[in-house]
Amino acid sequence: MKYSKEQTQELLLKIENSLKNYLLKNNIQKPIIIGVHTGGAWIADWLQKRLDYEGKAATLNISFYRDDFSKVGVNPRVEPTEMPVSVDDEHIILVDDVLFTGRTTRAAINEIFDFGRPLSVTLVVLVERNGNELPISADICGERLELDNNKNIKLLGPEPMILEVIDKDN
Amino acid sequence: MSDYKDTDLDQNIKKSDIVSQKHLRHFLDIEDLPKSLILDILDLAESFAGVSGQPVKKVPLLRGKTIVNLFFEASTRTRTTFELAAKRLSADFLNINIDYSATKKGETLLDTLRNLEAMHCDMFIVRHPSSGAAKFISKNVSQNISIINAGDGRHAHPTQAMLDIFTIRKYFPDFKKIKVAIVGDILHSRVARSLMHALRILEVPDIRVIGPQTLLPKGIEYMGVTPYVDMDKGIKDCDVVIMLRLQNERMNSSFIPDEHEYYNLYGFSPKRLDLISKKGIVMHPGPVNRGVEISSEVADGNRSVILQQVSNGIAVRMAILSLSMQP
Repeated sequence: MKYSKEQTQELLLKIENSLKNYLLKNNIQKPIIIGVHTGGAWIADWLQKRLDYEGKAATLNISFYRDDFSKVGVNPRVEPTEMPVSVDDEHIILVDDVLFTGRTTRAAINEIFDFGRPLSVTLVVLVERNGNELPISADICGERLELDNNKNIKLLGPEPMILEVIDKDN
Repeated sequence: MSDYKDTDLDQNIKKSDIVSQKHLRHFLDIEDLPKSLILDILDLAESFAGVSGQPVKKVPLLRGKTIVNLFFEASTRTRTTFELAAKRLSADFLNINIDYSATKKGETLLDTLRNLEAMHCDMFIVRHPSSGAAKFISKNVSQNISIINAGDGRHAHPTQAMLDIFTIRKYFPDFKKIKVAIVGDILHSRVARSLMHALRILEVPDIRVIGPQTLLPKGIEYMGVTPYVDMDKGIKDCDVVIMLRLQNERMNSSFIPDEHEYYNLYGFSPKRLDLISKKGIVMHPGPVNRGVEISSEVADGNRSVILQQVSNGIAVRMAILSLSMQP
């Protein structure tokens, strides 16, 4: 199953609006937007532009923080983490495309804390699906989906961004 | 010879089939590594380079693993950069100084190994004055222990060659377009041997070795390199010149007239900078003998990348440690 470009865009606009309201409500002036490679980084960049913030969003590659190195090893083609500003005493908006087991988010939060001590971390995802294995949930999400175990959901992009539900074998 | 981790692989399997495994078990030599694996190591090192710039210079990749530096020979740079690499990957790290260890009290090497195995170590980084020592150890430890060769006699120093080509790639991304010269004591240098293999595998079209006849091994042309005894001719238009140290400790007879004479003939003096290509760089694996193989002016000048080699050594060794520790 593939979402259309318009359907994906609708979800993106939804998280943008929710984020704006969230920032207003919590009186957060200028948070640091950080996207998780690869899909999360595309969305983070998109949000960065929509919120009229200067420059590119920061990006995290959590490959070195994964909890399954002793099972799957490390992929040599790892895009570097880019953290151009200090996270100390800042509000962080952590962006990912899909929240599934919660392990990527756990790794991302660990990595962020290796760069400093943020005031807060808010999790924004396009889709939250069933299968959570850790006590982690999204603060803002475009859609919640119940999917069979043999299904994966991924974001194609960066231009245009399109969500796709595929079989795990693919 | 590098052993691949997948022990189920058929002995007769083609090298190209092994390439897809991308897994090292030991890192003993560069000679038989496929080009794709060398490039993987360089790419991964590129990602690790950023870790040294973080406020917390550490990633948790090898947490819970124990790595042992087993050095039977003096070393500063290699020993410390391996230690930093392991610590930046969050591994537990042990430095065994053989000078003060039980080996001096008569314990055999194999007994020392058995004892370290009993302490549940996961990796030995070995430096030894005898060629083939790392391979010997790899054949005599249990299956789950990885061996990294940190220099064995005159044979190989593969992690130094990896960090050298990593440094070269920063300045010259296309290996197929460069001229590289290695100058000095080629005969005794394990760095030179590993480098020649690495450059050949990366398809560098013009590899030169320069030194007095006494320090150039006979038949070196068969390694795909061109020997020169005249330094000025040899370094002409080269993009990369790698200077080697005179290894007095490995010389058992007189190979050169004297150090002053050697400097005149093969030392990298400032005026020789005019001979290399405009963007050419000068490298040295260290330790540097100033005024013997290189002048201070060149070693400290803006064409020298000697200290970058040291920094790059950490990232490259992080890549090699983590790839050798993969399941």
